[in-house]
Amino acid sequence: MLDQILIQTVNGIVTGMILALVASGLTLIFGIMDVVNFAHGELFMLGAYVGVLTLAATGNFWLALITATLLIALLGAVIHVTILRPLLGRDPLTTILATFGLSLVLQNYALWQFGPVARKIAEPFSGHFSLFYLDYPWYRLVIALLSGAIIGALWLFLKFGTYGIWIRATTQDRVMAQAMGIPVPLVLTAVFAIGSGMAAASGVLFGPLVGVTYIMGLDWILKAFIVVVVGGMGNLGGSIAASILISLLESYASLWVSPAQAVIVSFVALILTLLFRPTGLFVPTRR
Amino acid sequence: MKPGAPTIDPLVKVEDIHTYYGKSHILHGVSLEVGHGEVVGLLGRNGVGKSTTLKAIVGIVQPSRGQVLFEGRTITGLPTHRVARIGIGYVPEDRRIFPLLTVMENLRTGLDRHGVDAARKQVLLDKAYTYFPVLAERRSQAGGTLSGGEQQMLAIARAMMLEPKIILLDEPTEGLMPRMVSQIREIIDVLNRENVAVLLVEQNVPLTLEASRRVYILEKGVVRHHAMAADLRVDDAVIHQYLGV
Repeated sequence: MLDQILIQTVNGIVTGMILALVASGLTLIFGIMDVVNFAHGELFMLGAYVGVLTLAATGNFWLALITATLLIALLGAVIHVTILRPLLGRDPLTTILATFGLSLVLQNYALWQFGPVARKIAEPFSGHFSLFYLDYPWYRLVIALLSGAIIGALWLFLKFGTYGIWIRATTQDRVMAQAMGIPVPLVLTAVFAIGSGMAAASGVLFGPLVGVTYIMGLDWILKAFIVVVVGGMGNLGGSIAASILISLLESYASLWVSPAQAVIVSFVALILTLLFRPTGLFVPTRR
Repeated sequence: MKPGAPTIDPLVKVEDIHTYYGKSHILHGVSLEVGHGEVVGLLGRNGVGKSTTLKAIVGIVQPSRGQVLFEGRTITGLPTHRVARIGIGYVPEDRRIFPLLTVMENLRTGLDRHGVDAARKQVLLDKAYTYFPVLAERRSQAGGTLSGGEQQMLAIARAMMLEPKIILLDEPTEGLMPRMVSQIREIIDVLNRENVAVLLVEQNVPLTLEASRRVYILEKGVVRHHAMAADLRVDDAVIHQYLGV
């Protein structure tokens, strides 16, 4: 029993870190731009497809990871300039509808372009180590570490970089940020691009575990939204903590019920959070 | 009505601007000028459009008619961040410190721009910390934890980081203790000595008359009176008439 719990702990943390990578892009976009990006899952999915194509062309997984991140970041910038910037200052509902529409367009584009059959991304290395009775793939630990490293780099960038200060100032007071000479429209586009790139990176990293399909974004986006709400909208640290918490809960639950049913745990956590701490579990209570 | 010495080559010139908030007409054609290094007061009762005039200059509010000129070039319609970069510092009424950024980070929002090297940054920071020693003490504290007076100083210091040619001050002494008020008064003099122009919106009439060279009095969205501050200090009938004090 103890061994099973340990294995599930490792599993939960690994999935939690990937979820954290998806969710931190989402929460960054929400916290800074007040945009609920329903197309985030599709950016994750398109990232994975770009990974598939680059891998097929070059055979280099790491090159595929970088290409997908940069290309989807660029796509994110284009999406922001063409679709979201014109909606700036309108009712938030309009951005929800716009990104939802965009998600349908991107999904169907992927279906048309790549077909319904799942593509496979090969793991960049196939080593295993023994974890009790299991051969546990090293790759899973590496993605957890890489996700952590990407999130850590984002945090350092936000905390110390000049552009990080610009981004945080924009979050706190958009008008005043402009009055201090910060090019806010550019900052918003950059943030959307960074969030999109992070979604794409998680898509490539996670591709080897699940297979790449045009609807792979759906599961993740749903969970990422749960995590963002449970962690507190726009709160980066909270999203990471919530990702790990929810993934651990699901892992433990799957000891007793089937993994498909274990998902229920996330929704229970969501409902309980909304009932008792609607601002999020990991948000310091404000005056 | 005509003041003694209108500026020949104004730094900022506001020409007949009209603004609307929704359907209500706020400014009905405001015109005023601020010369290089000049301190100009803008007086008027609450809600006559003093703050809106400042907002129209920095481009937060877009005038539907009229224009704003800076060093002879029109800046109407320019995005606010560009207006800030060409040398107009703005200290809004409610100070609008970035509450979760530290004092240092608040200053860096204005300091980290292209063309400012590390040495120049240090000079500017040292200057701010000399004028406002309390900010040096609190440099790694979050802006939101400062007192009202300290926030006001941070707001002014932050605007100074842009090395502006003019600073627009919107009610800088509102709600401050007398000791803080005299400190703000000193800072206006310091700016003046450094040849930074100031457009000062205030409710505090004595302070405005003391600190300014010229004064405009605004009523219901238009300039009703324009005079040398020194003249108003002697003859306060005008002040009575428009401000009721």
